Amino acid sequence: MQTAVIVFPASNCDRDAAVALETHTGKAPHMIWHKDTSIPDDVRFVVVPGGFSYGDYLRSGAIAAQSPVIKDLKQKAEAGLPVLGICNGFQILTEAGMLPGALMRNAGQKFVCKISRLRLANAQTRFTKLYDAKHEIDIPVAHHDGNYFADDDTLRRIEGSGQVVFRYVDNPNGSRGDIAGIINQAGNVLGMMPHPERAIDPLHGGTDGSNIFKSILGSL
Amino acid sequence: MAGTSKSDDITLDVIAEHGISGAEYKIILDRLGREPNLTELGIFSVMWSEHCSYKSSRRHLGKFLTTGKRVIQGPGENAGVIDIDDGDAIIFKMESHNHPSYIEPYQGAATGVGGIMRDVFTMGARPIALLNALRFGEPDHPKTKSLVDGVIAGIGGYGNCVGVPTVGGETNFHAGYNGNILVNAMCVGLARADNVFYSAAKGVGNPIFYVGSKTGRDGIHGATMASAEFDDDSEEKRPTVQVGDPFTEKLLIEACLELMATDAIIAIQDMGAAGLTSSSIEMADKGGVGVALNLDKVPQRETGMTAYEMMLSESQERMLMVIQPGKEQLAFDVFEKWGLDVAEIGTTTKTGRLVLTHGGKTVCDIPIAPLADDAPNLNRPHTPTAPRDVIEPSDIIEPQDYNDALVRVMTDPDMTSKRWIWEQYDRHVMADTMDSSQSGGDAAIIRIHGTNKAIAVTTDCTPRYCYADPYEGGKQVVAESWRNLTAVGADPIAITDCLNFGNPERPEIMGQFVGCIDGMNEACRAFEYPVVSGNVSLYNETNGVAIPPTPAVGGVGLIPDLSLIKTLKGAKAGDTLIMIGETDGWLGSSIYLRALMGREDGAPPPVDLAAEKRNGDYVRKLIRNRRVSAVHDLSDGGFASAACEMAFSSGIGATLSNPSDLPAHAWYFGEDQGRYLIATDKNSINPILTTANGLGVKAQIVGTVGGDRLTAKDGFDVSLSGLKDRWESWMPTLMSGATETV
Repeated sequence: MQTAVIVFPASNCDRDAAVALETHTGKAPHMIWHKDTSIPDDVRFVVVPGGFSYGDYLRSGAIAAQSPVIKDLKQKAEAGLPVLGICNGFQILTEAGMLPGALMRNAGQKFVCKISRLRLANAQTRFTKLYDAKHEIDIPVAHHDGNYFADDDTLRRIEGSGQVVFRYVDNPNGSRGDIAGIINQAGNVLGMMPHPERAIDPLHGGTDGSNIFKSILGSL
Repeated sequence: MAGTSKSDDITLDVIAEHGISGAEYKIILDRLGREPNLTELGIFSVMWSEHCSYKSSRRHLGKFLTTGKRVIQGPGENAGVIDIDDGDAIIFKMESHNHPSYIEPYQGAATGVGGIMRDVFTMGARPIALLNALRFGEPDHPKTKSLVDGVIAGIGGYGNCVGVPTVGGETNFHAGYNGNILVNAMCVGLARADNVFYSAAKGVGNPIFYVGSKTGRDGIHGATMASAEFDDDSEEKRPTVQVGDPFTEKLLIEACLELMATDAIIAIQDMGAAGLTSSSIEMADKGGVGVALNLDKVPQRETGMTAYEMMLSESQERMLMVIQPGKEQLAFDVFEKWGLDVAEIGTTTKTGRLVLTHGGKTVCDIPIAPLADDAPNLNRPHTPTAPRDVIEPSDIIEPQDYNDALVRVMTDPDMTSKRWIWEQYDRHVMADTMDSSQSGGDAAIIRIHGTNKAIAVTTDCTPRYCYADPYEGGKQVVAESWRNLTAVGADPIAITDCLNFGNPERPEIMGQFVGCIDGMNEACRAFEYPVVSGNVSLYNETNGVAIPPTPAVGGVGLIPDLSLIKTLKGAKAGDTLIMIGETDGWLGSSIYLRALMGREDGAPPPVDLAAEKRNGDYVRKLIRNRRVSAVHDLSDGGFASAACEMAFSSGIGATLSNPSDLPAHAWYFGEDQGRYLIATDKNSINPILTTANGLGVKAQIVGTVGGDRLTAKDGFDVSLSGLKDRWESWMPTLMSGATETV
């Protein structure tokens, strides 16, 4: 199955995402440069990887959200293409308006890298259906701006419609509702701060991230 | 040549301000046959500064073992290169950024990380791991918290953005660093052994390219600042600290590696200390060619910059390269794709001279050889450190309360958990980190991407031993590095060093320097563990008070099979604890003595290099034979602290015993060298003890794993979780209320 990873200047988890995709599909993903204007038609699943696109000297993800490739990504996502945004990828998807809310500076003001324990707030999505809803999972976080914020109305709406997918058991960044990951209303665009691609190999110390890739790829 | 005639600006004061001695100025006059202009004087000044010329240290560094069967490139290039089989090479180096980090902690530390990464990718390696070795002043010194806060944020801010995991390091606090903190950063990169890039500019008429950030006025005289001690006005040196841009660094890495995959690059050198000056001169000198540069073509951040400013700027994230004629367009295309400034600023020549033009005038025309080769090579007087008395266990009274003793040792600032620090570093990016600071192990372990092998990496130094006895301390630094790599099952290969000392013009400081080097070198030779790269930082001194001698080393070892890794984490309930190595109960210069009695005296533990090697080789063999479930080296805090750390990582307690004749405090807290603690199941106990006996290795049963307490039959008995809480909370408590500096 053909997948793709979008590469911005100073993406730095692009290779990790590619390894995760190749591990789960047996096929190397297309690496799509941010200046490209379209995503090839054979692509069935896209990862927007972590990193510090454009140095994140403005708001995290703000400049990347304006890159040429995002316009096409947005159109294809609206047409149903599954997209996973991880960390900086999540920030980019919110900046691009593909997911509600925003990621602010961590409440503790510091970069935080640790194993985060997550609860499955919604184990029925295309990305999470292989997880046991009762089971907590361990996936690392590594970010400076992971403090999820949405206004009260938005929060009520996404909570009400099952769009909150992951919650932190021990909130590392001050996110409202302990939110670690959310999905769009159509259920094909997932954004999350934790890095599932860093938890797919026993050598990483755990494989709890694998089911995200298996779930979505299995749904295609 | 009007531009190179003596300017009236060159007064005796100006010469002195440039740190040029009368004798050195005479050499300049002799080599030029005339007086230098200001630009030329500035160039001589930085090239002959301590920082660039190693004038106080060079003759001593030459003693180091620098060759070995896995050494591809030793000292003298941007970084050292070692062979890790299958055509793979590891390129690594450690470097100091002490002076700037004290003045401006965030940017000083950040640019230290950026600089060391450039040294590594300049040679064709993709950086795969960062480490550091940090020394701060006393915890309650008024500057300490803000320095810690800024340095850690700076290290994280740079490495996290570039996307190279910061996997290990060490942090000490001591009053000896109140006026001069140490920020030593190490970078480890992976390259193909047949595609390593060097800095020698070859050929005549080849184009010289400038790539990366524009040149600004930042960092002018940075190298000179790092070549003098601090005084009360050092804060005024803030303008000499550079500002880092990790985004540009990331683009530079990707662009350089992309161009390196072609045959376009003849030579490449990063612009570090003394920027355009040292990079162009080093490339020319190594290649035996001359260089002509047109400074009008240098990308500039601000207008009106003089030749002097451009040549001495230490703006970050810049590279200089000699390009294969005919490949210019390829180079332009790659760098422009990555959005980097790129310019052809000159050519190699056959004149052997550095000729600079600016505004249509020749502003510098000097022979290159004297700049590099004829740099001062001083034989400074050195006085050996007076030996200290040996402290016997019986000289030190036993504690009233062993529980209190254990808590005080484990909450000594150097012993406590540094979670507050390493949680600010991305340790997992690149997804090959198998073990890092978070397990508190002896070495970090990084898989070689896409293979079944890994490297182990560690940084080490015990400054209190080096202060007490530079020679034995120097041996111990190298021995501990070798032991840490051994303790995770690696074959130690080579080290990089970062030698931090006070003012070399003082014979007692020079004595520390020479003593440490001689001790280190003896250990390097005993283990066949060569030095392949390094850096010297002198003048770590304020108002005449020097830092403790701190020769930090960064070690790299190879783990040939991922299934043969052992760390301190794997102890299982029911395992037996075996100690490898001899224990004499050495309390001199120990953590115990400092934490309980406020004393820092006594000779440090001697290192028996033959025993160290014998014990280590045996432990590595046990790991490879799958005889052990966990391994930890014994170092600061002795047996008790090793057992605590092993228990913290497994979450399982232990009951410890003392089969020796020593009093409990000497047995549990003595810091004898060459020792390991291993956990093993009952089937392996006898084979381990028997084989050890045959090899002349001391091995004895010292406890069992199990329960939720740490108990020594003749000493402490504490709750594991309670002790761990106190060990974990020291640093957050210290830093609470620290103000964010960025």
